[in-house]
Amino acid sequence: MYKIVVLAKQVPDTRNVGKDAMKADGTVNRGALPAIFNPEDLNALELALRIKDDYPGTVITLLTMGPIRAAEILREGMYRGADAGVLLTDKAFAGSDTLATSYALSKAIRKIGDFDLILAGRQAIDGDTAQVGPQVADKLGITQITYAEEIVSLTGKTIRVKRRLERGFEIVEGQLPLLITANGTAPECRPRNAKRLMKYKMATTLSERHNVSDDYLVNNNDKPYLNITEWCAKDVDSDLAQLGLGGSPTKVRQVENIVFQAKESKVLTPVDDDIDWLMQELITNHTIG
Amino acid sequence: MNNVCVYCEIEEGRIQEVSFELLTKGRSLANQLNVQLEALVIGNNLAGVEKEVSQYGVDIVYVADDPRLYPYTTLPHTVIAVELFRETQPQIVLMGATSIGRDLGPRISSSLGSGLTADCTDLQIGNYEDKKSGRKYESLLYQIRPAFGGNIVATIVNPDNRPQMATVREGVMKKEVIAATNEAEVLKIDVAKYLDDAAFAVKIIERRIESSKINLKDSSIVIAGGYGVGSKENFNLLHELAHTIGAEVGASRAAVDAGFAEKERQIGQTGITVRPKLYIACGISGQIQHIAGMQESAMVISINNDPNAPINKMADYVIHGNLENIIPKMIQYYKKNIK
Repeated sequence: MYKIVVLAKQVPDTRNVGKDAMKADGTVNRGALPAIFNPEDLNALELALRIKDDYPGTVITLLTMGPIRAAEILREGMYRGADAGVLLTDKAFAGSDTLATSYALSKAIRKIGDFDLILAGRQAIDGDTAQVGPQVADKLGITQITYAEEIVSLTGKTIRVKRRLERGFEIVEGQLPLLITANGTAPECRPRNAKRLMKYKMATTLSERHNVSDDYLVNNNDKPYLNITEWCAKDVDSDLAQLGLGGSPTKVRQVENIVFQAKESKVLTPVDDDIDWLMQELITNHTIG
Repeated sequence: MNNVCVYCEIEEGRIQEVSFELLTKGRSLANQLNVQLEALVIGNNLAGVEKEVSQYGVDIVYVADDPRLYPYTTLPHTVIAVELFRETQPQIVLMGATSIGRDLGPRISSSLGSGLTADCTDLQIGNYEDKKSGRKYESLLYQIRPAFGGNIVATIVNPDNRPQMATVREGVMKKEVIAATNEAEVLKIDVAKYLDDAAFAVKIIERRIESSKINLKDSSIVIAGGYGVGSKENFNLLHELAHTIGAEVGASRAAVDAGFAEKERQIGQTGITVRPKLYIACGISGQIQHIAGMQESAMVISINNDPNAPINKMADYVIHGNLENIIPKMIQYYKKNIK
């Protein structure tokens, strides 16, 4: 009933950057980190799936911009209930900041066609900017509701959304079409559905099929749902000047490791004498008391 | 023209702390660039608002005053800001990295085709050379922020597009009254000229904002607990010590995620920045993201039963042991010796 586009990103798992991910010279080894479905985009997908629960016939298209392997998250989304996936991939996108990314995504959405609602996670765990959602909305000429925790109601074109703010909440009402970004506090995404996993595990993009040897070249003419749409910059009618590094107003001047000032520590044991001594020190030099 | 402009956000008729902090930083940047500091205030019942901002060294306040402009919704604030900036052409625009700033900033930057850097932890003026084109730029805004989950620090610049936009979290910059007698010039924005009904498409049905009961930012002593505290019950020890010596209780992200403490108490890159004279870290390992929020503490004590906890390297005193033993002893000594 509703046509929903969910924006998702495949990201390195920056939440647990342990010693293995840091190279000897102190820089980050992206290759060592597993690539995952951006967590808040999964929250966004769940909000879309709940609308589909209430309104069967709703079509959810998952759109991602990334390298060829980003198709992995499209399959992941389909295992959980998305109806179709679109991969936007092209070397021309390399080096895109949020403005160039939102431009490319908005072109892809226009090519997908009419939509009632766009859902995206609030932010990705690698860039952490929370900018792409709102910028896509601006480029599509629709308004936005950010920091969404819950879709309170949806009837016809009227949607009510609960927003989680710093010190409280807000319930706002808007008219479709619009864009919503979902917080990490929104409901967790449901797990993979076994039947959907069986159905979609062989779904591939054109590039993925080209990368495999001829013996396994799968002809999906009789199973169109196994074709994951793949578009390049030209396919979505985009202006090269607005893509990639050249289309990005922001540039990285430098990247550094974080170094904290180390101090000479005085090490104490938890015996009464040591603790009494420390407390007296603090009192004497007026740090406490 | 070409000034530094700070968008000031409002809650309950008062300009928020983060905006004052950014006005202070904005004044400093404007001085370095030899330009003026402008403030943009959009809301309702704003008569006299210039008195709130003048003392931070603001030269011009642009005011858009209309009942429909408070509480904040996206389109009206975006349209007003974009139309104003097209006219006044600020070279730098700053706003808080709050649920308002992070909703508004990207909208404005997309409309103007300019670059925006979110959650900056520092802002400086400096030069830049584009290695590809060889072009040299002077007096650009360095937008410095953690990246990649907070594990590295990046310096971002917007060489060509204007304005250079940045959002900054509350508490990262320090606010400072520059000139108590300064009087900013007030320029009223004709709201009706810019906004039609379509701009007010989103309506606020219900709103509940609580004023914060916890003031970590201004506490001179902070006692923070990490995942190592072990439980919400054990956190009571920290609360007791805080109550005894007059401190406030903070927490690491891991402790908040585990349910030991409220989100309001979270210290670090995605939480609050504190600058107390004494920081007592209990059961905190010391991830980069946490240290970023307390590295300016004058004195640090680390209570941990892991001798290799990274936070120990930046502590003045390290106590190896269990906080269940240590904290009660501290409380006891204090009560005995302070009347």
